[in-house]
Amino acid sequence: MIIKSLDPRISRAQISDEPGMEQELKPLEHFETYEVFHQKKRGTHHQHVGTVHAPNPEMALLFGKEQYGRRGVCVNIWVARTTDIFASDYDDDDIFSTTPDKQYREASPYKVMDRINAYKAKQGS
Amino acid sequence: MNEKYAQAVKELLYKMADDLLILGHRNSEWTGIGPMLEEDISFSSMAQDKIGQSLALYQLLNNLGEAEPDTVAFTRNQQQFHNCQLVEYPIGEYDFSLMRHFLFDNAELLRYDMMMDSSYEPLAKLARKFKGELKYHKFHGDTFVMQLGKGTAESKKRMQDSLNFCWNLALGIFEESPYESTLINEAIWKGEAALKLRWLEAIEPILAEAGLTIPDSNTWKPVYGGRVGKHTENLQPLLEEMTEVFRVDPGAEW
Repeated sequence: MIIKSLDPRISRAQISDEPGMEQELKPLEHFETYEVFHQKKRGTHHQHVGTVHAPNPEMALLFGKEQYGRRGVCVNIWVARTTDIFASDYDDDDIFSTTPDKQYREASPYKVMDRINAYKAKQGS
Repeated sequence: MNEKYAQAVKELLYKMADDLLILGHRNSEWTGIGPMLEEDISFSSMAQDKIGQSLALYQLLNNLGEAEPDTVAFTRNQQQFHNCQLVEYPIGEYDFSLMRHFLFDNAELLRYDMMMDSSYEPLAKLARKFKGELKYHKFHGDTFVMQLGKGTAESKKRMQDSLNFCWNLALGIFEESPYESTLINEAIWKGEAALKLRWLEAIEPILAEAGLTIPDSNTWKPVYGGRVGKHTENLQPLLEEMTEVFRVDPGAEW
């Protein structure tokens, strides 16, 4: 049986409800994804906010603006193809661990920077 | 403000507000059934922008002595609406809704751009306020037209068919007001004829790059009437749906 849904996007995709009958997506049926980064204020760094589906970077910008720039302050947006992001492997997450005697290398005093920045932002507003 | 000036401004505000309310309502009908999630959200958000812009214009009318925005929006009959007929057509297939959005919003951005130095200061202020939203709406329309015009044979054909269907209706956006000379002489804005020229200049290169052809100018027959309350059979059902909740209890407090 083909799944029938109130959502026409699902009905249109002609998805079978039987296990193992999932079909490969054809080209144009599904777009690649783009990672969206937004900037709250000029001069500050862009922050990753999420993902959009889009056929090209222009459309990704178009969608990224409405998905992520609509509900809060935003002055600029970057998009990048998800496949262009090189990421470390979670299996290798031990590369981040340090032995206790090297803790002096950790910038732990700077943890207070979050609070200092929050205070500064509050003073500025 | 003399009587003639006020009449001219009111007529102008009514048609602009009605265009936005009706098209905003139409476009909101895509909410939940848009072609993809991201576009569903974008199109719905722009529809919401339009309703908000119409409210701001109805508020200006209210300041000029007209009824409350809710009363104006929900209690008039169709002969009292001044929207162009283009905006009242049902949403149809997505190609039609996109083409209408492209043609209409390109005109909107220019219309408000021309009003940023209006002698009617409240309107000039609103025009400056709407600018950012309208720029995004145009960016959205242009990007989609380009994308689908250059897409597959089917997408190109659909966009061309929609352009052909919309064209004379879109020319109806620029139906002149009985107060056109007052509007121009009093520097309220430069008028529909000037807007139409700027609009053609703006959309021609975009459509050309997208590989779409504007119908031969010998065949142009602008669809007028909307500005004087003459509408198609499509408006009344929309008004009935839009006012359904309001009519249950017109005096309800929220």
